[in-house]
Amino acid sequence: MKLIKVEHAYKIYKNGTTAVADLSVSIDKGEFVFVIGSTGSGKSTFIKMLYREEKPTKGNVIVGGINVAKLRNSKVYKLRRKLGVVFQDFKLLPKLNVYENVAFALETLGLPNEEIRPKVIKAIESVGLKEKMRSLPSELSGGEQQRVAIARAIVNEPRLLICDEPTGNLDPETSKEIMKILDKINKESETTIIMATHDKELVNRMKKRVLVIENGVLVSDTKKGSYKVHESSKDSK
Amino acid sequence: MRAVRILNRSIRDSFKSVFRNLSLSTASIACTTITLILVAISLFLSYNVREVTNTLEHELTIVVYLKKEVTKEEKNKIESDLKTMPNVDSYKIKTKDEWKAEMKKESDTLEITLEYLEENPLLDSVIVTVKDVKDLKVTAEKIRQYDFVSSAEYGEGMVENIIGIFDAVSIGTFGIVIALVLVTAFLISNTIKLTIFSRKTQIEIKRLVGASNTAIKLPFIFEGFILGILGSIIPIIISIYGYTVLYNQTGGYVFTKIITLVRPFPFVFIVSGFLVLVGSCVGMLGSWRAVRKYLKI
Repeated sequence: MKLIKVEHAYKIYKNGTTAVADLSVSIDKGEFVFVIGSTGSGKSTFIKMLYREEKPTKGNVIVGGINVAKLRNSKVYKLRRKLGVVFQDFKLLPKLNVYENVAFALETLGLPNEEIRPKVIKAIESVGLKEKMRSLPSELSGGEQQRVAIARAIVNEPRLLICDEPTGNLDPETSKEIMKILDKINKESETTIIMATHDKELVNRMKKRVLVIENGVLVSDTKKGSYKVHESSKDSK
Repeated sequence: MRAVRILNRSIRDSFKSVFRNLSLSTASIACTTITLILVAISLFLSYNVREVTNTLEHELTIVVYLKKEVTKEEKNKIESDLKTMPNVDSYKIKTKDEWKAEMKKESDTLEITLEYLEENPLLDSVIVTVKDVKDLKVTAEKIRQYDFVSSAEYGEGMVENIIGIFDAVSIGTFGIVIALVLVTAFLISNTIKLTIFSRKTQIEIKRLVGASNTAIKLPFIFEGFILGILGSIIPIIISIYGYTVLYNQTGGYVFTKIITLVRPFPFVFIVSGFLVLVGSCVGMLGSWRAVRKYLKI
């Protein structure tokens, strides 16, 4: 069952720069997909189009049945409620503790407290931070902060988790821990995960589907791929 | 229920934000307070002026002084003519002896003077009440045309001057109030702008987790509303106590017994309600401007 269907998508900025050109790809429910490419290749733009941070100039980007290209600004929240997003810089609220940071997502959506509490605890437990529930972000390591960000992204049980270089600020060991958590989420709850990354070792170790984007064009799409695919595609140019 | 919870949380966030940015909030509240004090003064002034104008208009009469040598026939003629004049509502003859008795009561000096004089120097008169004060001047002019009429007075000049001064003061205050309302709205807008910048990450997270645009904007609108309401507290207290004290101290009269003040109750409560309304509207106007300009979602 297709969760994401991108058909001949283009993103051309007002200054004439083409970030994404004629990109077509389908992603099934429950898949784990890496999106790789050099800086400025258009992978971030592609990722941003999936949660409608960027609107495609041309073509269709269908996520969970919603065509992002035709989605009005005032209706974007309907798409965002179906997915979770994790960033390199965590985006945690410094004055709120771990529990409050995760609960914030559900409070914003107007869920009742009796519904929020079990969901938040479950999400925090799934990232292994039960002991640090009352800690502030400043009292946590980088890896722990990223785990809080993941907990916040999955607390509403989204069908799709978008990760934009989540290990970019972390050391290799911490990155491994984060990948274990993401892999567990993917396997246990069948959440589709799309992750943009530069981490060569990580991609090679995980053996997941790899999409390579260069100059805005999808140059390779391999099941159980590796970073080598990306490098060979660059060499061939 | 979901909407109610979002509303509750928005209000809670707004209160938190007001106290978190205390210095800026204080500046906005102070500005709102000054504006609303002036709004209150303007309201008290304009409403009282309107009342005084109404009273003056209703109490205005033409006092027709007849010449000393007026004959009985002439007196009868003016009486019969007044009956047929369309704008004359009623009239009353007041003889010079009645004037004398009245004036003697008013002051001792006048009493001694009038007693000293062998002959009563005052004139017989007719006090005319008109139907429409707008035609007061025309009616007075018509009466003045009789040869045996010495003068027909209705306080022209004085009444117009008083009303003119009151009007000028009202318009001036209104102008200042409008200017201050705009300045206050701008200041509140600036406070909200800084709140928006300081809560950039929070807004970003809200957008990412799927909060609707309204749910993101609401706390800022409420914050402006709260600043406006807080700014109206002192003006309300001043209005209620200030006006009541003024009324009690003056006994409800200003300068002369013609100019009476409006009774404080329920007048002060109506003014207070209006101040809350103006305060909250100015607050929301300011925050709406900031949200539209700086909250890009």
